[in-house]
Amino acid sequence: MASHSDRRRFLKRGGALASFVIGTVRSLRGQTPAREAVLKDNLAYGQPSPFDNTIRRTLGQATAISDTALTTPLQDLDGIITPSGLHFLMDHVKGVPDIDPKQHRLLIHGMVDHPLNYTMDELKRLPSVSRIYFLECNANNRPLRGQNGESVQNVHGRTSCSEWTGVLLSVLLNECGVQKEASWIVAEGSDANKYTMSIPLAKAMDDILVAYAQNGEAVRPQQGYPVRLVVPGWEAIRSVKWLSRIKVVDQPYMAWHESGNNADTIPNGKGLWYRFEVGPNSVITRPSGGQRLPGRGFYEITGLAWTGGGAVTKVEVSVDGGRSYKEAELQQPVHRFAHTRFRFPWTWNGEEAVLQSRSTDERGEVQPTIAEAAKNLGVSPDYFYQADHFNGVQPWKVNRDGSIQNALFL
Amino acid sequence: MRYFSSLLIAVIVLSFCAAALAQGRAYQLGTTPSEEEIKARDIAISPDGKELPPGSGTAKEGATLFAQKCAACHGPNGNGGGLTRGIVPLGNAKPVKIPFSLVPYATTVWDFINRAMPQSKPGSLTTDEVYAATAYVLYRNDIIKETDVLDAKSLPKVRMPNRDNFVPVQPGWKPGQKRPFGYYP
Repeated sequence: MASHSDRRRFLKRGGALASFVIGTVRSLRGQTPAREAVLKDNLAYGQPSPFDNTIRRTLGQATAISDTALTTPLQDLDGIITPSGLHFLMDHVKGVPDIDPKQHRLLIHGMVDHPLNYTMDELKRLPSVSRIYFLECNANNRPLRGQNGESVQNVHGRTSCSEWTGVLLSVLLNECGVQKEASWIVAEGSDANKYTMSIPLAKAMDDILVAYAQNGEAVRPQQGYPVRLVVPGWEAIRSVKWLSRIKVVDQPYMAWHESGNNADTIPNGKGLWYRFEVGPNSVITRPSGGQRLPGRGFYEITGLAWTGGGAVTKVEVSVDGGRSYKEAELQQPVHRFAHTRFRFPWTWNGEEAVLQSRSTDERGEVQPTIAEAAKNLGVSPDYFYQADHFNGVQPWKVNRDGSIQNALFL
Repeated sequence: MRYFSSLLIAVIVLSFCAAALAQGRAYQLGTTPSEEEIKARDIAISPDGKELPPGSGTAKEGATLFAQKCAACHGPNGNGGGLTRGIVPLGNAKPVKIPFSLVPYATTVWDFINRAMPQSKPGSLTTDEVYAATAYVLYRNDIIKETDVLDAKSLPKVRMPNRDNFVPVQPGWKPGQKRPFGYYP
C-alpha cells in the first residue's frame, strides 16, 4: 500500500517535472480552461521545485481554521525570514475575515484632538518603514504539547519572523493629537469577534507598526489583511490583525482575550498578569526531535534565538546536556526583535548526546532551564506542561541509532 | 498706528492658532468621522462602564434568552457543548466557580457577549439581551442574585471574585526593564 502511493507520488512528480522540461507553452495546450489558468498563474507567480515542495504547516486533525494551530516548520527553514505562507496561525476569532480593502477603514478616536478615519490608500501615502520582527504566540514552546512534543515544529512552531512594512503607529497618533491624560490604547480587529487588546501608550508611541505588507507583498489574509498591528518583542496576542479601530484611553480595558483567556494561574490562586515582552529564547532546529542522523561524522547544528528584550547578543550550545557550553556563531546582521540564526560545528561520534542552546540578550537576560524557571516560580517542572509563557532551554537527545527525541522530561 | 499694531497682533495670534491647529496634522490625510459613526463603532467598554448604553436585564430574563440563543452551543444548562472555556466553564459537568475564570471585571463579560455572541451572528443581541445574558452568566457563577437588575449603573459595581487576584510576575516591573533571572515574562 505504502509503496503503491509512493510510486504514484513519484509518477506525479515525474509528470510535473516533464512539463517543466518539455516547455510550458506546449504543456498548456489541450488543458481545460481552469487548468490552463492554474498553469499560467504558476508561471506568473513562481512555485517551489517539485522535488522540494512538501514543507508545510502542521494541520493535525484540523480541517477548518477555527480552534486550531498552524505551526511553522522551523526544522525545514533556513536563515531568519519565515515565508508568508508558513507563518504560524492561532485562531482566536473563529475564522479569517474576507475584507475588501476599498471598504476598509481604520478609525482612530478617543482621547485625541482630531479623530481620523483612514482608507488603505491614505495609509499607504504616509511615511512608511520596513522592519524585521518576530511574532511569537505566548503559548509557544509549551513542553510536550499535547501528547506529541516530538518535533521543534510541534513545540516551538508558534514563532515566525517577517519583514513588515507599514506606518509607525506614532505617526498616526501624532496626526490625531493624543491628549495628555491618555495612557493606553485599545486596538480592535474587524473579525467576527472584533478581537480587542489594550496596549500601553508608551509602547504605541515607540515602535508599534501598522503593517500592510509582509515580506514584500500585501499581508496575507490569515495574517491580518489588509492591515494589522505588529508589536515588536511582545507576545503576539497584542499584534491585532485586521485592524479597524484604535481608541485612545486612560486605562487598560481588560477585554476578553487579555483577561480570562490569557492569564496563567499559579499555585497560590493568583493570575499572572501584564507580561508583555517575551523572554530570551532559543532552540536548535537541526538536528531536532523526530529527525534521524544517517551516521557519525560532521553536522552543522543550527537554530534560532529571539527575545523581547531587543537584540540577541549571545547563543551558547551544549552537546552534553548543559554540562558545558560553547558560543555559537550568530548570523549577521542581528536585528532587534527578530529571529537570530545561530550555527555551531559538531562532529557526532556515534554516542548518546544531548544538544541544547541558551540565549542571552542585550539587557543581560539569560534563557533559563526548566528547572531554573520552576524554582523561581515555586512550582514543579510539570507546571509548564499546561502553562503558557514558557521559554526554557530545549534539550534534544541523540540516541545511538541516530534517532532524536525531546529530552525535556527524560 | 494703534490700529496697525492691533492688526499685527491679530495676525500674529491668528497664525499662532493656525499653527496650533495644524500641529498633529502634518500630512493632512484621513477624514474626520462624524459623531454618529464614532458612536456606532465604539463598542469597547471600560472597567468603570462609562460607555455602557441604557438598558437592563436580569438572570431570569437571561435564562429564557439562553434557551433560545445560547443553549445550542453551550448546552441546555450551560454545562458544556461545543465550547470548553468561558466564565461558566462549559466543558465541566457543572459550572465551576472562580478561580478558573480569571475575569477581573463584569464589564469584560458584557463587552465580550455584546461583540462576539452568539457565534452564529455576533453583535445581533439587543442591549437588553446583553444585560440579561451577562446577568445569567454571573448568576450561574453565584456572583449575583437571580432577580438583580443589571444596567449601566449596577454592572460596573458587580465585584468579581478574582478582582484582586491579578499580579505581575515581579511587582513594579515595567516594559523595557531587565527582569530577574528566570522571570520571563
